[in-house]
Amino acid sequence: MAPKVGLFIPCYIDQLYPQVGIATLKILEHFGVDVEYPESQTCCGQPMANTGCTNEVGPLAKRFVDIFKGYDAVVCPSGSCVSMVKHHYAEYFSDNAEYEELKAKTYEFCDYLTNILEVKTLSGRFPHKVGLHQSCHGLRELRLASSSEIMGPPFGNVRELLESIEGVELSQLQRPDECCGFGGTFAVSEEAVSCMMGEDRVHDHEQAGTEVLTALDMSCLMHLDGIIRRQKKPIRVMHISEILVECL
Amino acid sequence: MTTSKEDILNQLRSQSVPPTDLPDLQSIELASQWIRYEDPAEQFAETLASVGGLCVRVKNVDEINQRLSELTAYQEASQVCSQIAGCGQPNVSIPDITDPHDFENIDFAILPGEFGVAENGAVWITNEGGPARTLYFLAQHVALLVPASDIVNNMHQAYQKLEFAENSFGTFMSGPSKTADIEQSLVIGAHGARSLTVFLVEEAF
Amino acid sequence: MPSHPKLAAEFVKNKDRAHWHDESLWFVRSKRDKAARQIPEWELLREQASKIKMHTISHLPDLLEEFERNATARGVQVHWARNATEHNEIVHGLLKKHDVTRVVKSKSMLTEECHLNPYLERHGIEIIDTDLGERIVQMQNMPPSHIVMPAIHMKKEEIGELFHEQLGTEKGATDPQYLAEAARQHLRQKFIEAEAGITGVNFAIAETGGFVVCTNEGNADLGTSLNKLHIACMGIEKLIPRAGDLSVFLRLLARSATGQPITTYSSHFHGPAPGAEMHIVLLDNGRSEISGSDEFRRSLNCIRCAACMNTCPVYRRSGGYSYSNTVPGPIGSILGPAKDPKANATLPFACSLCGSCTDVCPVKIDLHHQLLTWRKEIRVKGFLPVSKRISMKMMSWLMQAPRMYRFVGKMARSIVPYLPRFMLYNRMNDWGKQRELPIIPKQSFREWMKQNHDDK
Ligand code: SF4
Repeated sequence: MAPKVGLFIPCYIDQLYPQVGIATLKILEHFGVDVEYPESQTCCGQPMANTGCTNEVGPLAKRFVDIFKGYDAVVCPSGSCVSMVKHHYAEYFSDNAEYEELKAKTYEFCDYLTNILEVKTLSGRFPHKVGLHQSCHGLRELRLASSSEIMGPPFGNVRELLESIEGVELSQLQRPDECCGFGGTFAVSEEAVSCMMGEDRVHDHEQAGTEVLTALDMSCLMHLDGIIRRQKKPIRVMHISEILVECL
Repeated sequence: MTTSKEDILNQLRSQSVPPTDLPDLQSIELASQWIRYEDPAEQFAETLASVGGLCVRVKNVDEINQRLSELTAYQEASQVCSQIAGCGQPNVSIPDITDPHDFENIDFAILPGEFGVAENGAVWITNEGGPARTLYFLAQHVALLVPASDIVNNMHQAYQKLEFAENSFGTFMSGPSKTADIEQSLVIGAHGARSLTVFLVEEAF
Repeated sequence: MPSHPKLAAEFVKNKDRAHWHDESLWFVRSKRDKAARQIPEWELLREQASKIKMHTISHLPDLLEEFERNATARGVQVHWARNATEHNEIVHGLLKKHDVTRVVKSKSMLTEECHLNPYLERHGIEIIDTDLGERIVQMQNMPPSHIVMPAIHMKKEEIGELFHEQLGTEKGATDPQYLAEAARQHLRQKFIEAEAGITGVNFAIAETGGFVVCTNEGNADLGTSLNKLHIACMGIEKLIPRAGDLSVFLRLLARSATGQPITTYSSHFHGPAPGAEMHIVLLDNGRSEISGSDEFRRSLNCIRCAACMNTCPVYRRSGGYSYSNTVPGPIGSILGPAKDPKANATLPFACSLCGSCTDVCPVKIDLHHQLLTWRKEIRVKGFLPVSKRISMKMMSWLMQAPRMYRFVGKMARSIVPYLPRFMLYNRMNDWGKQRELPIIPKQSFREWMKQNHDDK
């Protein structure tokens, strides 16, 4: 029987980037997953948690567990939100078996695709120079790829998956995993530094010839896209699932 | 009234801090993973060069004397002192000096080093506390003599050789003094030695 | 109250300079990567360093007593200071006793923390910082902007001008070699004249009663070998149990700090030279309190290598002074609020939570998680700006009410696309100053699902 997956679509993707949710859904279904989208889901509470407002997170964390606990796996196209659930919920649940179980079966979408569904390549073509932005939480919280600070053999399934797709050429960046400067409320409360960081990332991609800028996190891309459109740079922004869905 | 010491210790003891274990750095699991080189002396020379020093491999003191005469810094030195018998042509006698300030104008000092460390080009030097200690830092140029057989691979091996039983001063010296405090530009010769030459000597000296 | 975002925005305003600052520090970070890569057991070393430090903190009172015993046996005089005032009084007392009026000091962030220089100067003592970078900022009457490279924020033209005024170098001279040579001459004179030397301490060894000071310039050694009074100032967390532990820390420190395999001089002091005096001042100043906190204890692991600053994308672009704290950057944003949460309330938020600092830290301090924890504390202590507090409350409330959430989303999607630009992009909207807002889609994901997906 196909695993029953609860699709967790973060609030801002639901409201602002429905195409990312749709692409994620299509890919999962393409690979035979039985996907269900629980209607009552909203937000994992990350913005509040990152602002220090933990009182406001507790109820959302509990809601989250209630809504998703019945599935074989929970999959979400955002490393940041997954990291919130996996690494920052503990304080709201002391010794809670339900949470521990949920934590173990919550996956970032590409993680699920490459490690659980063991998808190694896709048959389609994507003839573009692709710049992969390594979103920090996927990188340094979920360890979905090697970070430049840690010494050890390099790894990264998403990079490999992209490289395996016909036509894809990955950009070589000066700073392969520097933060884009989104950082949630940081984007607004430290607007000046945040935008400079974003600009520097965009510049690095521009120099490297990136045509399509992608990432595992739409939030980083929302910020970078905002800068790209304001500065009218010739770079197209697509969430990783939007690229992959074109290659099915 | 309690003293500051009591207060600090009491304050520390009043905190509940879960005790944790201290790793055994000499255990096989760890010690077997510390870096080793095929030719530690060669690695030492390479690393020393990378930090701005010069490593010269020689047979004995005679050969040092010959090599010294080829060093510009030595040729141009007007005040030279040496702590190694027969090495160099000193014109300032170290035992005659009681106030370290009198070493102020030493241009070239030839001094003993105990052993070298391959991974970082450092030489361990010690001093029992006489005025000569300052020579390592105050002389314009420094040459160290190190037995060629005494090069350890890494710092773990280095500390196994060290004991601090007596009151003493000791330092790992890796290359000449340097600074990069002005716009990250490396300048050799900050306050201490402007150049460091390490002679790895085969025969006893 | 100092505000990081405000000061950072000022720094960023000069884009060229901010870029130059960013590149200088990134260069140091790259050198660190290169050095670390040459050590296959790098991560194992970090692991051991962290374990040794955690053990130290958990046995701190015993180790401090052991250290004092062993140091005293070597003729070193050990002093204890609860806070900065006591620390400064002890140091001044010692100098006064020896009639010292001229002191040289090698780099010590601890004496910066205690504001020792102005204190001694008020008492008529000349105190000269001898680390070149620190001397440069001292000439300007400024604190260091970085804990390893105190003048990293200054251009050589500015240093040239400063030296011209204060050391009489040629006007317009900017060659680092020339300027450093002038400083060498100036400072060597100071070394010769000084009657006492003050140093910091990188590591103090409980088992031997000795301590280690690391420099590249040789200034700690020149400052202490030419006179008869050496005063070493250290925080109580600088202790390590055994001499052998130094192998781990000396392998990590310089590689993490500047990418050198070791500092030029790593000097081990084990007792005074004949006829000389050696003193150690142990300072608490809030450290013992941190040791009791499960969340923040690890911050006492810090060996002040500054790698977290060099890698921090915010520090690199906002400069050390934007933190208004003795220690800037990620670790400073943890230590600052521990000392004064109100004054430093914006520091834990000067962080995009990218986690690079945590991965780079040689003693494995979970820096970005501690920063996150500090945000909670700041909120609990009531130092969070009201606007943030209220918006987060409203958002949480909205997210707990899915129907309302759906409704608000729908309203926004139907209104926003028709709003004139000036209503969206104005001074009220910090997002939109330099960025476009997302293009609002016609439908939310859940609306699409309802129409297109036959869910049960
Ligand atoms: S927190 Fe870690 S990286 Fe930062 S200065 Fe301290 S030891 Fe270095």
